[in-house]
Amino acid sequence: MVDFKTVEVETDLLILGGGMAACGAAVEAAYWAKQHGLKVTLVDKAAVDRSGAVAMGLSAINQYVGLRDGQNTIKDYVDYVRNDLMGVTREDLVANIARHVDSTVHLFEKWGLPIWKDEKGAYVHEGRWQLMINGESYKVVVAEAAKNALGKENIYERVFIVGPIMDGERCVGAYGFSVRENTFYVFKAKAVIAAMGGAVHVFKPRSSGEGQGRAWYPPWNAGASAYFTLKAGAEMTCQEVRFIPVRFKDAYGPVGAWFLLFKSRATNALGENYMETRKPELENWLPYGHVKPVPANLRNYLGMLDVMEGKGPILMRTEEAIQKIAAGSGDEKAAKKKLKELESEAWEDFLDMTISQAILWAATNTAPEEKSSEIAAAEPYFIGSHSGASGAWVSGPKDLAPAEYFWGYENMSTVRGLFCAGDASGASSHKFSSGSHAEGRIAAKSAIRYIVDEKPAAPALDAVKVAALKAEVFKPIETFQQFKGATTQSDVNPNYIRPKMFQMRLQKLMDEYAGGVTSQFTTSEALLKKGLELLAFLKEDAAKLAAADLHELMRCWENFHRMYQAEAHVRSIMFREETRWPGYYFRSDKPKMDEKNWHCFVNCRLNPASDEWEMSKKPIVHMFQQG
Amino acid sequence: MPSFVNPEKCDGCKALDKTACQYICPNDLMVLNKETMKAYNQEPEMCWECYNCVKICPTQAIDVRGYADFVPMGASVVPMRSTDSIMWTVKFRNGTLKRFKFPIRTTPEGQAKPAGGWDNAPALAGPALFTEPESLGLPAVWTKS
Ligand SMILES: Cc1cc2nc3c(=O)[nH]c(=O)nc-3n(C[C@H](O)[C@H](O)[C@H](O)COP(=O)(O)OP(=O)(O)OC[C@H]3O[C@@H](n4cnc5c(N)ncnc54)[C@H](O)[C@@H]3O)c2cc1C
Ligand code: SF4
Ligand code: SF4
Repeated sequence: MVDFKTVEVETDLLILGGGMAACGAAVEAAYWAKQHGLKVTLVDKAAVDRSGAVAMGLSAINQYVGLRDGQNTIKDYVDYVRNDLMGVTREDLVANIARHVDSTVHLFEKWGLPIWKDEKGAYVHEGRWQLMINGESYKVVVAEAAKNALGKENIYERVFIVGPIMDGERCVGAYGFSVRENTFYVFKAKAVIAAMGGAVHVFKPRSSGEGQGRAWYPPWNAGASAYFTLKAGAEMTCQEVRFIPVRFKDAYGPVGAWFLLFKSRATNALGENYMETRKPELENWLPYGHVKPVPANLRNYLGMLDVMEGKGPILMRTEEAIQKIAAGSGDEKAAKKKLKELESEAWEDFLDMTISQAILWAATNTAPEEKSSEIAAAEPYFIGSHSGASGAWVSGPKDLAPAEYFWGYENMSTVRGLFCAGDASGASSHKFSSGSHAEGRIAAKSAIRYIVDEKPAAPALDAVKVAALKAEVFKPIETFQQFKGATTQSDVNPNYIRPKMFQMRLQKLMDEYAGGVTSQFTTSEALLKKGLELLAFLKEDAAKLAAADLHELMRCWENFHRMYQAEAHVRSIMFREETRWPGYYFRSDKPKMDEKNWHCFVNCRLNPASDEWEMSKKPIVHMFQQG
Repeated sequence: MPSFVNPEKCDGCKALDKTACQYICPNDLMVLNKETMKAYNQEPEMCWECYNCVKICPTQAIDVRGYADFVPMGASVVPMRSTDSIMWTVKFRNGTLKRFKFPIRTTPEGQAKPAGGWDNAPALAGPALFTEPESLGLPAVWTKS
C-alpha cells in the first residue's frame, strides 16, 4: 500500500475555495482577524491566480448598482433579480449583496483592474447593471489582493477538499488530500466558509468528444460546495433552479455584449425575431411574462420553441448590429473608424473570457461584421451566483432579514460554524463575479464575529474517525492496486469503475431522465423516478471507484460530489409539482406554473446519519412593496 | 488536443523549481514526463482552452489546437502577455491575420493593496465591511428605513 502522510492544520477561520467569493472572504477576514488575533487559512484545489470560473478572465463585471451616482436603488436590483427568477428569491440576501457590491468594484479598480471609462471619466456600462472591463487578468488581480492580505504561508494550493469535519452539530473543519504529493490533510477550525463554486458535467455536455471540456461552465468546479454543505447536514435551497445559458453555439462565447452593448437581434432561419413572434407565449407565465427585461429562462424558452418547430438555426445577427452602429456614427470616415473599434471590442469580448470562440470564428472564417453566428441553449449547470439559484439556505443580515430568515449570523447555513458564499449560497442569484466577492466579504466578517462573540471551543477530533476518513479518501487507489492485475486492459475490469465512465454514466442518466439536452430539457415524475432508481445503483457502485494516481483520485471525488448535486436536483424537481422556469426545465406532467401552491422555496436536507432526504417548502417573505 | 506542447521548445522549465504549466492549470492537466523532461496535457478532453498554460510558459512551447470534434482545422489564436498588456494574433483558416492588443492591469504586478487606500475603522457589530463606508462613496451603508 502507498504510504500517505497525515498533516493537521489548526486555524480559526477556514476558507474553502480560492475563487471570487473566497478571495473576497480572504481580504475581509484578514483585516478583522488581525484586530482579534485570529488565524485565517485558505485552501484551493488549484492555483489561486487562475482558479474558478474567472480563471480565463472576463469581459464584464455583471453586478454594479451605481449607488454613489444615484443610478439605481437597492430595490431596483432586488426587483430585477426576483423577476428574473420568477418570484423565487431571498430579497434580504440580494439586498445585502447589492448594498456592498459597489464597494468591491471600487476596490477592484484600485487593485488594478482596467474598467472602461467614457470621456467624462464615468464607467462604461454594457447594460444597466454591467460594466465593461479589460478583464484578461481579472482573477490575477483579485487573487493578488487576497494573497497580499493573507500571506502566502496561510494559503494551501492543490489541496482538494473532500468533505466536512463535524463536532456534533458544529462544522469544525474539512478534510482532503494533496493532488501533488501523498498527503492527507485535516484542517481544524472554529468556523468554515464554503466557497468552492458550482457544478458542471452533472449533465451530458453537447459535445461528447474532445470538446466536452468546453462546457460554458469550467470543468473544474464539480459540486464540492453542494456536497460539503449537504454532508454537514445543512439545509439547501433552490436545488431545482439550474441554469441553462444561451451562448454562441459549440464554443459557448458570451452573448451579453451582443445583446446589451451592440443591441443585436437574434433571429431564426426565416429571419424572424422570436422575442417578437413568440410574444403571446409570455402571457402563459404571468406576472413574470410581462416584466422587463424578460426573464432569462423565458427568453431561452421562446428561442427553444422555434428550434423545436424546426425553425433553426438561431442566429445572432452580428453583421446587422455592427453595421448599424458604424453607420450611425457619422460620415464615411467616422463610420470606418467606428467599425474598426467595434471589431476590436467584439474580438476582445471573446479573447478575454472564451478564447475557444475566437478560434472557432477564425476556423470558420467568420468576421462578425460580415457574417452572423449561431447561438444555442447550453446544457444545465448549477451556479447559484449567476441566473440559477441553487445553494445552501443561509441566514440573512440582522437589519434586513425577516424573522423566518434570521438566525444570528448572516450567511451562516443551518449548521453552526458553516458559512457559505458565491455559488455555495442559494436563493440569491445575479451576484456574478463582483457580488460573489462582496458576499465572500460579508460571510467572512460574519464568521469572524461568530468566532469573537461565541468563542466556540477548539474542535475535538476523534482520532478513530480521522483514520476512517483517511481510509475512505484513498480507497479508490487501494481498489485499483488490488484489482488492476485481473484483466489485460486496466480500464475494463469487473471489480471496479474508473471515474471517466462513472461520470459518463451519471451524465447519461441525468440527460435522459432529468431533462438534459437530448430531451429538450423536458422531464416528468415517471422519468425522474426511473432516474432515481438508476442513481441508487450508481451510488452503490461509487464504492468501487478506482484511481491509478492522485489526479484520477481527484476525478473520483469530483464525480462523487457531482452525484450528490444530481440527487438533490432530481429530488427537488420532483417535489416541485409545476413548471416555473420553462426555459430551464419543463415538467411535461405539470406543464403550468402554479402560483397558489408553489410560490415558495423548495428546500432539501440530507440527514448525514441516515443518508435520507427531507424535502420542505419555505415561504417567500418580501422585504419591499411588490409591483 | 486542445493545448499541446512543442517538444522542440519545451525545456521542462529546468530553470524553475516547478514547471509553470503544471503550476497554473486550473484542471491539473499539464504534467511533466520525467523521462523526456517535456510537458504534456494528460486529459485533453477536460481542457477548457483557458490558455493559462499557454500564457505562462516561459519558452512559448504551448499552443492550442481547436477541439477536433467541432472546430475546422487550420486556425490559430496566439497570445503574448506582458506585465501590463496582452497582444493576440488571430490566424483564420483562409489565412487572414488579425492583431489585437488590450491592457490587462493598471498597477504594477504584486502591488494590489487589500484596503485600496481606504482607511476606516468600522465596528465588528455593524454592517460596514472593512473599507466601508468610504469605498462605497456614500456617507453610510444602506439599510432598510
Ligand atoms: C463562463 C462564465 C462566464 C461568466 N461571465 C461573467 C461576467 O462576464 N461577469 C461577471 O461578473 N460574472 C460572470 N460569471 C460569473 C462569475 O464567474 C461567478 O459568479 C463567480 O466566479 C462565482 O464565484 P465563486 O467563488 O462562487 O466560484 P469560483 O470563482 O468559480 O471559485 C470556485 C473555487 O473553488 C475551488 N474549488 C472547487 N472545488 C474545490 C475542492 N473540492 N477543493 C478545494 N477547492 C475547490 C476552485 O478551484 C475555485 O478556486 C461568469 C461565469 C461563467 C462560468
Ligand atoms: S511551462 Fe513550457 S517549458 Fe515549462 S514545462 Fe510547461 S511546456 Fe515546458
Ligand atoms: S488551456 Fe487551460 S485547461 Fe487546458 S491545459 Fe492549459 S491551463 Fe489547463
